[in-house]
Amino acid sequence: MHELNVVIALAGRDLLKFFRDPGRMIAAGIFPFVTIFLLGGTLQLNLGKAAGFNFIGFTFTGFLGMTLFQSTAQGLTSLMDDRQNDFAQEMFVSPISRYSIVIGKILGETLVAVMQVVPMVVFAAILRVPLTATALALLVPVALLSCFMGGAFGLLLLNTMSDSRASNQVFNFVFLPQYFLAGLISPINNLPWYLEVLSLASPMRYVIDLARGVVFAGSRDYGRVVLLNPVTNVAVLALMLGVFLIVGTTLFVRRETNR
Amino acid sequence: MAPAIEVRDLVKRYRKGKVNAVDGISFEVEPGEFFALLGPNGAGKTTTISILTTTLSPTSGSVRIAGHDIVREASMVRRHVGIIFQNPSLDMNLTGEENIRFHAVLYGLYPYRPLFRLMPAAYRLQVRELAEMVALGADVFKPVRRLSGGMQRKLEIIRGLMHHPRILFLDEPTRGLDVASRRTLWQYIEELRREHELTICLTTHQLDEAEDADRVCILDHGHVVAIGSPRDVKAQLVHERLIIDAADRDALRRRLRQMHLSFTEDRHFDISLDRLTAYEVVHGIGQPLTMLRTESASLEDAYLRILASSDA
Repeated sequence: MHELNVVIALAGRDLLKFFRDPGRMIAAGIFPFVTIFLLGGTLQLNLGKAAGFNFIGFTFTGFLGMTLFQSTAQGLTSLMDDRQNDFAQEMFVSPISRYSIVIGKILGETLVAVMQVVPMVVFAAILRVPLTATALALLVPVALLSCFMGGAFGLLLLNTMSDSRASNQVFNFVFLPQYFLAGLISPINNLPWYLEVLSLASPMRYVIDLARGVVFAGSRDYGRVVLLNPVTNVAVLALMLGVFLIVGTTLFVRRETNR
Repeated sequence: MAPAIEVRDLVKRYRKGKVNAVDGISFEVEPGEFFALLGPNGAGKTTTISILTTTLSPTSGSVRIAGHDIVREASMVRRHVGIIFQNPSLDMNLTGEENIRFHAVLYGLYPYRPLFRLMPAAYRLQVRELAEMVALGADVFKPVRRLSGGMQRKLEIIRGLMHHPRILFLDEPTRGLDVASRRTLWQYIEELRREHELTICLTTHQLDEAEDADRVCILDHGHVVAIGSPRDVKAQLVHERLIIDAADRDALRRRLRQMHLSFTEDRHFDISLDRLTAYEVVHGIGQPLTMLRTESASLEDAYLRILASSDA
């Protein structure tokens, strides 16, 4: 019961911090304007006809998946920065399980990431991205799965970092290529075999493709935009989530014990 | 009663380290004792305190805190200690009360509720009492960043005492505080120590803060180079001196030589009190003096001398 309380408290703290941070709130509001309206709108105007699908919906689903996945992953690696500062010092010396820290942090960053994409969904609806009630309802579990996946991936990365400077370098190295390999803003239907292998190994690909599978379900663009059946994406993500979570948590707890 | 802190042959070598950061140190701290860990940068103080507070694992040796082994019973150790970190460990975006609330939940004192008014009555009462104790009052509900540095430190201390720890670790608690805040903070810590019978383990660079400790332990290059009460440590290396002068300086000089006292003569006569007390010297001189002053060595004098001999 104590550990459950701790998990809820840690998650609540992350959410509270988000609501108290005007910078992050404003950024969450501006980000959809830049990504969906400016970027998606420009791509739609110039390439929409040639591509044969709605680029605004394409970029919306791309950035939706990316934000959920990356925001949670980044939140987890912030444990590295926080370790020497802030309240995280308190967490590591309190009589709580390291597993509770991991679960509470993933849950907290998930809630923050979900809050961050709310303006994005509203903005997409305003720009007439076809969001049915079913799609909106399905986006909730998709968002949760995407965030948990991001959290597990961030936890795995956390174990490869020695300090906060390394964290920035690893992040650039790991996330930037995924923007292209996962088809964030450009289709990846045709890739040379070596890029296809890298793309298949990129977790962000399945997160984004799952979001697209839900949003474009039943539309005429579905076949051109979605790469894999959503059920396949869920299965791959569930498998990756299980592996990353088990390996990441084990490494994290071992590393904490042997510091 | 078991020692509050028991350190035996403690060694820590970091993974990529070529030498031991802590190299076989041993000491004990009794319950209720005020113990200060001193040493220059790189001496091994922070490493030692990190091991004692379970955030770092030892390479070898054993450490027991309140009777619990830090490796096998880390969780029990954490329940018995309070820690005031070198760097502020408050969430600046949260209020003082929210910081206290999260601490209380982490230590299993109360269930978590998202709002203060939803927390149990006992918690609300405790927070109000603690806030009054440190003269925070309603400011405890303000964001931490709006509180002064001294107030933030006090908030960290009352938060650290919420779970009634038996041992309080203070890692350079006055770092970054002005003189007035430092003084108030120490008065407050002294009050807490009396009221709660706390064992205090302090690391500091401010040697005057360690003067009031029951015992000091000086570390250098991972070794214990001196341990004892500040008075004993000072007495081991730095002697008290008597500064005197007289109208008839020749007579005074002759008398000092007759008494076989070691002294230097500059503007005044400077006598080392290594054999006799100040009273015995003055009594033995038996002639009118124009000035009389004793000079005690500070812990800082002793500390610098110990480090110099350790380096040599």
